[in-house]
Amino acid sequence: MFEILRKKQISPEGFLIRIKAPQVAQTARPGQFLILRVSETGERIPLTIVNWSRSRGYIDIAFQVVGKTTYLLSKLKEGDAIIDLIGPLGNPSKIERYGTVAFLAGGFGAAAVLPIARAMRKKGNRVLTVLGARSKNYLIFEKELKKTSDVLIITTDDGSKGIRGFVKDGLSEILNSEKIDIAYCIGPAVMMKFTSEETRKHSIPTIVSLNPIMVDGTGMCGSCRVEVGGKTYFACVDGPEFDAHLVNWDLLLSRLNYYKDEEKLAYESILKQR
Amino acid sequence: MNQSSSKGRKKFNPRQKDKSISINERISTFKEVPLGFTPEQAILEAERCLQCSRPRCVDGCPVMVPIKDFISLVKEGKFIEASLKIKEKNALPAVCGRVCPQEDQCEKACVLGKVAEPVAIGKLERFVADYEAVQGTKEEIKPPERLPYKVAVIGSGPAGLTCAAELAKSGVEVYIYEALHEPGGVLTYGIPEFRLPKNIVKREIDYIISLGVKILTNQAVGANISLNEIIRNYDAVFIGVGAGLPRMLNIEGENLNGVYTANEYLTRINLMKAYLFPEYDTPIKRGSEIVVIGGGNVALDAARTALRTGAKKVTLAYRRTESEMPARKEEIEHAKEEGIVFEFLVSPIRFIGKNNTLRAVEFQVMELSEPDESGRRKPVPVIGKTKLINADIAITAIGTVANPLITKNFKKLKTNSRGYIEVDDNMMTSLKGVFAGGDIVTGAATVILAMGAGKKAAQSILAYLKNK
Ligand SMILES: Cc1cc2nc3c(=O)[nH]c(=O)nc-3n(C[C@H](O)[C@H](O)[C@H](O)COP(=O)(O)OP(=O)(O)OC[C@H]3O[C@@H](n4cnc5c(N)ncnc54)[C@H](O)[C@@H]3O)c2cc1C
Ligand SMILES: Cc1cc2nc3c(=O)[nH]c(=O)nc-3n(C[C@H](O)[C@H](O)[C@H](O)COP(=O)(O)OP(=O)(O)OC[C@H]3O[C@@H](n4cnc5c(N)ncnc54)[C@H](O)[C@@H]3O)c2cc1C
Ligand code: SF4
Ligand code: SF4
Ligand code: FES
Repeated sequence: MFEILRKKQISPEGFLIRIKAPQVAQTARPGQFLILRVSETGERIPLTIVNWSRSRGYIDIAFQVVGKTTYLLSKLKEGDAIIDLIGPLGNPSKIERYGTVAFLAGGFGAAAVLPIARAMRKKGNRVLTVLGARSKNYLIFEKELKKTSDVLIITTDDGSKGIRGFVKDGLSEILNSEKIDIAYCIGPAVMMKFTSEETRKHSIPTIVSLNPIMVDGTGMCGSCRVEVGGKTYFACVDGPEFDAHLVNWDLLLSRLNYYKDEEKLAYESILKQR
Repeated sequence: MNQSSSKGRKKFNPRQKDKSISINERISTFKEVPLGFTPEQAILEAERCLQCSRPRCVDGCPVMVPIKDFISLVKEGKFIEASLKIKEKNALPAVCGRVCPQEDQCEKACVLGKVAEPVAIGKLERFVADYEAVQGTKEEIKPPERLPYKVAVIGSGPAGLTCAAELAKSGVEVYIYEALHEPGGVLTYGIPEFRLPKNIVKREIDYIISLGVKILTNQAVGANISLNEIIRNYDAVFIGVGAGLPRMLNIEGENLNGVYTANEYLTRINLMKAYLFPEYDTPIKRGSEIVVIGGGNVALDAARTALRTGAKKVTLAYRRTESEMPARKEEIEHAKEEGIVFEFLVSPIRFIGKNNTLRAVEFQVMELSEPDESGRRKPVPVIGKTKLINADIAITAIGTVANPLITKNFKKLKTNSRGYIEVDDNMMTSLKGVFAGGDIVTGAATVILAMGAGKKAAQSILAYLKNK
């Protein structure tokens, strides 16, 4: 059992949860994720490990309520426990001295970006961040990313804060004055697809963290398969980071939608029950 | 059926047969298919045993269950004692009684089988184990004398569970590390409920826990915890992580929506209970035309499972013919009774989709070649002849490969060219004090062979610890 130490709402549908998990905290590294299950009848879902303290034995996760499991997770209170949790899983990010690293974060992608940006900064890279969301109150980790970035640009779809537009518009802004050595682009699959189209035009090597549907997270089932450069990979063990310019986005998008009807049914029935 | 009389020797009573639930109930539920013996049937069957002075049956059992002795107890109606007798050698009798390929093991070696049908050893084993579970045990688990050793077992499939049980019985402190949230390995996530009810697996695992074994779930060694760390913290290690990776076909369209590996399909259904969606949260697609590719136990399990999710038509496509199918005969019979359609001599070449979702599978039609020197007839393509089968779901069950999670970051652990861990005669790997057994050593095999390996490794581990 994994106790919830702290819970905080960070956006209209977003939460940050601090969980007691000393073993996970001990070896967690930027870019890695965990898989948890909230109840005996629950689904296993992957979430990024956003932050951790080895000495105090906790980890932080941040998630957006999009369906039944994230809904149930959002209803847990401090002192409650998560029944199953395994992590860290996946390959950690390659933290090196690249020069200038751009982080292109869309929505909850900021949760995955934050630990990588921190590590890149610490390694001596110049860190430029574009943080985008649909509207001002959907921006997460703005304060933290500001602290970690040499430059932070905000974009919102509705223009309620920063540039009106998408993350790729923020990127264009940066490109006026900066040379980017490598970009990390993390967010919803559609956002990653279009934003990395932009970086391709400018020949910026780009890494994305893919988020296919997973079951075990240890390479056993093949649910998480993605196509990169024409080859099939299991994102949970071969990724989650891949070369953005080689990803078959349409396949990822359609695989993410495969259980749409079932997900809707599950979510609606839990909303009705409560 | 009574072949003995025709041979003009002593007349033997026919082998007892248990009842099965009706076909209708079978294909609309996940209930266990065979009902098992009644006490009367068990006694009648036990009376068939010749109580041989040299019981060959035991030679056919990789864990050497005292078959003759337990059957003798059944004959006297001492069912609980019979169950305890089996447990001296086999910690998972209700599982083995159900899924062992007895026709190739104990029952194949049974002396009675030479002149009549062999004793139904598996069904008897199942009967007494179930009887004991319902009636409750009087068995006092005497805590053994404690030995000052701590052993880690990686993987909680039959190999790991057996190794752990043996060590615990000898007084060793044992910790099992299991990647998933439930123990049991293939018994839990692979073999379906209608062949091996999960409450039975749980019951047998609870028994192993009662021996003092501690199971740590959510621990994937090589991912969230390193093998190095485990080696540092224990006196010896047993690796029984199975051969869990799905082999892919690497043909066009394999990543379309609707194309599942058997691993994913069965894990969703068995481990995550997707057949009970939305009561359970994990979904599974319920197709109307489902094609399963393969011819082994896994393919049969996937096909029979698919049928139970409400599919209108389930086709099993195999590239050879029925006589080459590696699946158990009993399973093939069950699948036929349930209405699975068999397509032989076809090999998939392409998954065809629309909007990234499966619509049909294209197959190359095959024929069997003339026997080669080994006498085997290989399937070869009939040039230019293909066949299209409509499908909204396809499940690939063409075998598994070694899971590299542990070995890829630990080069000192020697593996063969196919990624399986190499062991010596004592089941020790290239690392001192680290042992391995089960599917991760042999490649996909059987429950009982994995158990045999776990048991042998436990004995080697004890010897190793005492000489350390
Ligand atoms: C490696 C990895 C890291 C992730 N990290 C985070 C994170 O830090 N924070 C966070 O909020 N989410 C993260 N996700 C996505 C998260 O796993 C899904 O949001 C979650 O599984 C949804 O579960 P649910 O039952 O609430 O919704 P469901 O009912 O399963 O789905 C509802 C909606 O979410 C979409 N969805 C389902 N699964 C995913 C998925 N894996 N990725 C994206 N969309 C999905 C569906 O298409 C549907 O529209 C991550 C995914 C992966 C693979
Ligand atoms: C669908 C199906 C049907 C079958 N039917 C039969 C049958 O009827 N009769 C029969 O005799 N055999 C059958 N088999 C074969 C049999 O189940 C296997 O041979 C047997 O389970 C192998 O046992 P094992 O202990 O070696 O591995 P497994 O049962 O595979 O168990 C390995 C365990 O290790 C865990 N693990 C893996 N990697 C790690 C890691 N890095 N760290 C921690 N834990 C890890 C896994 O999660 C799993 O729980 C079937 C197999 C399948 C897939
Ligand atoms: S364990 Fe399997 S092989 Fe051994 S006696 Fe029992 S059924 Fe036969
Ligand atoms: S070989 Fe057959 S007949 Fe002989 S003891 Fe064993 S089960 Fe009985
Ligand atoms: S989630 Fe099962 S293989 Fe990646």
